[in-house]
Amino acid sequence: MAFFLETLFGGLMVGMLYSLIALGFVLIYKASGVFNFAQGAMVLFAAMAMARFSEWIPKWLGFDNKVLANVLAFGVALLAMVCVAWVIERLVLRYLVNQEHITLLMATLGITYFLEGFGQTLFGSAIYKIDVGLPKDPVFILENTFAGGVLINKEDLYAAAIAAVLVALLALFFQKTATGRALRAVADDHQAAQSIGIPLGRIWIIVWSVAGFVALVAGVIWGSKLGVQFTLSLVALKALPVVILGGLTSVPGAIIGGLIIGVGEKLSEIYIGPLFGGGIEIWFAYVLALLFLLVRPQGLFGEKIIDRV
Amino acid sequence: MLYRENGQFKASYRADQQIFPILQDRVAIGLLLVLVFVVIPLVASPYLLTAILIPFVILSLAALGLNILVGYCGQISLGHGAFMAVGAYAAYNCHARIEGMPLIASLLIGGLASTVVGVLFGIPSLRIKGLYLAVATLAAQFFVDWACLRLPWVTNGSSSGSVSVAGLNVLGLPVESPAQRYLFALLVLALFALLAKNLVRGAIGREWMAIRDMDVAAAVIGIRPVYAKLTAFAVSSFIVGVAGGLWGFVHLGSWEPAAFNIDRSFQLLFMIIIGGLGSIMGSFFGAAFIVVLPIVLDGLPYWCGIPIDTATAAHLTFMIFGALIVFFLIVEPHGIARLWSTAKEKLRLWPFPH
Amino acid sequence: MRKTGDVVLDVRNISLSFGGVRALSDISFDVREHEIRAIVGPNGAGKSSMLNCINGVYQPQQGTIALRGRTFRHMNSRQVAEMGVARTFQNLALFKGMSVLDNLMTGRNLKMRSNLFMQALRLGPAQREESEQRVFVERIIDFLEIQPYRKTPVGRMPYGLQKRVDLGRALAMEPQLLLLDEPMAGMNVEEKQDMSRFILDVNDEFGTTIVLIEHDMGVVMDISDRVVVLDYGRKIGDGSPEEVRNDADVISAYLGTAH
Repeated sequence: MAFFLETLFGGLMVGMLYSLIALGFVLIYKASGVFNFAQGAMVLFAAMAMARFSEWIPKWLGFDNKVLANVLAFGVALLAMVCVAWVIERLVLRYLVNQEHITLLMATLGITYFLEGFGQTLFGSAIYKIDVGLPKDPVFILENTFAGGVLINKEDLYAAAIAAVLVALLALFFQKTATGRALRAVADDHQAAQSIGIPLGRIWIIVWSVAGFVALVAGVIWGSKLGVQFTLSLVALKALPVVILGGLTSVPGAIIGGLIIGVGEKLSEIYIGPLFGGGIEIWFAYVLALLFLLVRPQGLFGEKIIDRV
Repeated sequence: MLYRENGQFKASYRADQQIFPILQDRVAIGLLLVLVFVVIPLVASPYLLTAILIPFVILSLAALGLNILVGYCGQISLGHGAFMAVGAYAAYNCHARIEGMPLIASLLIGGLASTVVGVLFGIPSLRIKGLYLAVATLAAQFFVDWACLRLPWVTNGSSSGSVSVAGLNVLGLPVESPAQRYLFALLVLALFALLAKNLVRGAIGREWMAIRDMDVAAAVIGIRPVYAKLTAFAVSSFIVGVAGGLWGFVHLGSWEPAAFNIDRSFQLLFMIIIGGLGSIMGSFFGAAFIVVLPIVLDGLPYWCGIPIDTATAAHLTFMIFGALIVFFLIVEPHGIARLWSTAKEKLRLWPFPH
Repeated sequence: MRKTGDVVLDVRNISLSFGGVRALSDISFDVREHEIRAIVGPNGAGKSSMLNCINGVYQPQQGTIALRGRTFRHMNSRQVAEMGVARTFQNLALFKGMSVLDNLMTGRNLKMRSNLFMQALRLGPAQREESEQRVFVERIIDFLEIQPYRKTPVGRMPYGLQKRVDLGRALAMEPQLLLLDEPMAGMNVEEKQDMSRFILDVNDEFGTTIVLIEHDMGVVMDISDRVVVLDYGRKIGDGSPEEVRNDADVISAYLGTAH
């Protein structure tokens, strides 16, 4: 039973990390109607920026304080993500206003490839470390109920807390601010929003920057846990089924979807995996999303899709 | 001047519906066929054949298959690498397990296996569209990836996970040397291209395009979305399955599941976006572009005298691919095929400006 | 005057809602064979929704539709098409990526029999069928006077001509009942005259029953045999054009009550 709980918690933690990445998806989709395939690449790019800048800045400025280095690196990385957002809006989104979803999706595929190549050209392609001082030691809970207690990673707990705060902030942003309203209008219909005077370009830069910020946070947490490497973007691809499950337009959906996928993956690997020869983690999330799509295409919390003639 | 249709009148609808109604086009195609079937095998170097032409031919076939699904029927698929894998491994199993199995039979059975899988994973398209379907097709990709790695019967019990074939022949004629392999693949491509062209200009092609353009209106005309979508998946995965078999047998010789991973799927998608969605010709253009571009990029620094190490060159290739995709989507969403037909339009008027 | 026959379409007590919005409330009317029946009413009255119910695009919550004597609770688009009902759309649901000829040929889809393999090989029967259907479609092209445009992609044509292609595609289905959703929307006087002529010709030559949604009251008065008036999803008038024009409810719906 203790083992089950450990697997469960492990799954919840992984799920929380998927949710962080999925958040970026949902943001961009909610606000610009674009299915951003490049979210994973953005996470990787942000993580690489953070990792490298935290190395380089102390060298360039000649000091040794780790905390200061990390803070400055975060700031510079955030700036980099804003620049990325600006470039994407300028060079890509601006020209694809009101194109079909498929075209936009494929454009973000192109952006993915570009970002991956660009990131590796700028920052190199080895494995890099991020160390922001998250405690790495494990902690044992529920020692009274189960002999030896249940093992949880403190790092994961911190990650969950950060994610929760982030979600709360974002939900507030969308519901309570004028910019949030404008973003929702844009997601509905680009041209209509433009015609009532919403500055489309600026809105998109804001949204993609916020998504970049979310990607950076996700990248830092993931990177601190796994190290920053190329495979991070493949892991980030897992966020797609999360978004499908939760609903493309729902922030709470991204969280719950992430948790379901995380737990589902871990549990299925342990308990069902051996029946099939193991390694089912690579497709479990997708097949689960697929089955879900057949039953409820809009996801758990998404808006129903209506086709009009 | 040269390219006018003056004086070429069609006396029957059948003549009007030909694949190449203009005489100059027919002449050009004739010359092209002579070039690719006769001249190239005689003069091309083994390097040219194995590194460029054979991959180009086989990937054109795969791109053709994908174009039918995505370009003509409008159903997006990010998992077509999986269907290539199914075709390759099914063909391999036939070849390895059954003594004396003819090559063509193996490849066709590979295609049929791919059709079954394709239709299965195509069923979601009846309920979901667009981006959601894209994610669903990823399920196919990763599932097949896993199956080829973890299910021993797929690789016929290979311990290393890789399989290989040797001693290929068709009706006694060997398919060993680069020229022979090239001709075999080319014959398959030519045949399938003709069949595909007949399909897309016939009733089923119109059904596919109707579903792509507006599926609600299509239903009102009496087109069955189920039939149209599933046949698109079936035909597409059949062609791609055969291409997968060719890729493994005729090009690689021995392969691992990684040969058909998600990068391959994206590569095929890029081919048809750049080449031209909904165009048979576009599949060829796209494949040529994607096959030749990395070689050009690799060689460019050398020719320009700027030394770049291979890792950086690989990264630059990624960047340029990505940028080109975006470029084409913005500037010419219909790809090189549209540029080509626009050029031909201009050619009709040449030397007059308009 | 045209000889109108038996009731060929009988709409009974149709009610349709989307979420909380009532689009149609208890609508009943009938359509006789060979007649031209107009459906009129202010914007948002539910006219297109009515056609969509007949076509199987929307499923009404209540009511039945009887087509050629067979009563249905739910219409299935393909079934309706097979029973000889064709329609045009208010917003032109044309296949923009295809040429005019191909759009019209899709209308012949129900008549084509050759299977996938025969089409792939383009053997005798498949080729013959293509040519035969082409002959039929060319007659429609002649009728609608769009010969120069047959190979043009529909997306590139002017609006008025696209409307004609929409009509042509419906005609290609050889329908016995034709549902036209604002076929003259956005047209100038000349184009409207052309379209009216086509509609009358179709009704005259082929005896096709026509249900027509139209805003231009002049056209309605000229060409229709009977009129149904809808307002806010309810039926407020049903009769000959003269009867309906003089009906008090209809006048107040169109012009407002203080007159």
